[in-house]
Amino acid sequence: MKAVVTVIGNDMVGILAKVSCALADKNANVIEMTQSVLDGYFAMIVVINIEEMTCTIDELQTYIKSVVEGLEVHVMHENIFNSMHRI
Amino acid sequence: MLNLNDIMETITMIQEEDLDIRTITMGISLLDCADTDIDKSCEKVYNKIYSRAKDLVAVGETISKKYGIPIVNKRVAVTPISMLVAVSGGDPVKYAVTLDRVANDIGVNFIGGFSALVHKGFSAGDAELIGAIPRALAVTEHVCSSVNVGSTKAGINMDAVALMGRIVRETAKLTQDRQCIGAAKLVVFCNAPEDNPFMAGAFHGVGEPDCVLNVGVSGPGVVRAALAKASKDATMDEIAELIKKTAFKITRMGQLVGTEAAQMLNVPFGIIDLSLAPTPAIGDSVAYILEEIGLEKCGTHGTTAALAMLNDAVKKGGVMASSSVGGLSGAFIPVSEDAGMIAAARAGALSIEKLEAMTAVCSVGLDMIVIPGDTPATTISAIIADEAAIGMVNSKTTAVRVIPAIGVEEGKELEFGGLLGAGPVMKVRKESSATMISRGGRIPAPIQSLKN
Repeated sequence: MKAVVTVIGNDMVGILAKVSCALADKNANVIEMTQSVLDGYFAMIVVINIEEMTCTIDELQTYIKSVVEGLEVHVMHENIFNSMHRI
Repeated sequence: MLNLNDIMETITMIQEEDLDIRTITMGISLLDCADTDIDKSCEKVYNKIYSRAKDLVAVGETISKKYGIPIVNKRVAVTPISMLVAVSGGDPVKYAVTLDRVANDIGVNFIGGFSALVHKGFSAGDAELIGAIPRALAVTEHVCSSVNVGSTKAGINMDAVALMGRIVRETAKLTQDRQCIGAAKLVVFCNAPEDNPFMAGAFHGVGEPDCVLNVGVSGPGVVRAALAKASKDATMDEIAELIKKTAFKITRMGQLVGTEAAQMLNVPFGIIDLSLAPTPAIGDSVAYILEEIGLEKCGTHGTTAALAMLNDAVKKGGVMASSSVGGLSGAFIPVSEDAGMIAAARAGALSIEKLEAMTAVCSVGLDMIVIPGDTPATTISAIIADEAAIGMVNSKTTAVRVIPAIGVEEGKELEFGGLLGAGPVMKVRKESSATMISRGGRIPAPIQSLKN
């Protein structure tokens, strides 16, 4: 089982580090990561394995939000993307 | 492999374009609750609904968090209560109060099924239930009521049409101190679907399983945003193609949520209703989609054609995305619940006559329309008859949900709040239809009913 974490907002030092630490804290294994900064606007998408994660998806979202305040954070189960964009 | 663009598209749809699951509605049969003692019957009704639907809200919230998609409403639809009244007798309002109590206790915002099906005539319990609608809707908060007065197979029961004109007025009158809200919870149908998850017209048909979960998706904002990104030179068939693709994605999400919720609640998944259901939120409007296609204001010439194309494209896109489509499935045009419709009505671009034409090519009918408080019951009946005739002849569902603004001065508006929105008083014809309505009887089923 996988989930997708997206973090969007104004760029600043340490976002990647903070989010990675948060994921490690909750035992969520990172499978894939893509990140870009365009005109000072930071966008990161992380695909994680949630099988051995120690919290629920919404708890993880709240936790990441608390470590990168002011950024938009979403954590969603992969099924929603698979069902909407795959036949 | 998850695609970056797909991920961003989904998130934008939810965050910026108001994509949501409008409702998960549990249909529950109450046929086994009938008892000759009305109090015992009410107790069984309460117990059955409570035992089946107690986890509905919690399950909805769990799924909502897992996928990051809002599930706006959790609701319950039950067997038409007139069938229980037929067995128990007594005051039908007792059932309404019971439904309201259980709705409160399980946390759903609406419960539908204070209903009667009288398209061919009244049977035991029907007249009693219909007579009790105004009081039932005045003393309850969550109960919704519907009456089916016509069908393609049976024709239109004009006695019921005449009666419903009076009932709509009385319902508004009894809730006059609360913006006539009672009438906003009462729908008069022709060809009512038995598996509709949307309120106020949801009830659990007798052909349905004991308990089932139906889903209504939404997404006018997503369709509008997709059209806004399209080139202004795009032809109508290209626009239709774009709407199809968008509807497909929306429906797939509904299918995912519906099957998962049904599994968690251990009930069969029923249908997904492919409707574009607007909300008063700016942007989440069917009228704005029509305007995005290229109309200066919804209601002007061309609106019916644009709506016909929209409605058809939504169905074509949705039908492949789901294993089971049902309910109303089409674009809704409730005036007070749609920011674009409200604006068009205020500007005078949208009239009841135009809305009536629009109902011939989209789902449902004259919905959430505020009419003058002095509109005679016979005129309301005639509005119902016109709408039922469109449904009967075209083999489609049509409905009337008008709210007579009793005690409200001309030029003022009714404010229902929440998803029900607000609406300006719209003009109706002054010429009387009383003689026709007083004839009663039945409009025979049209020739297209003879398909066998």
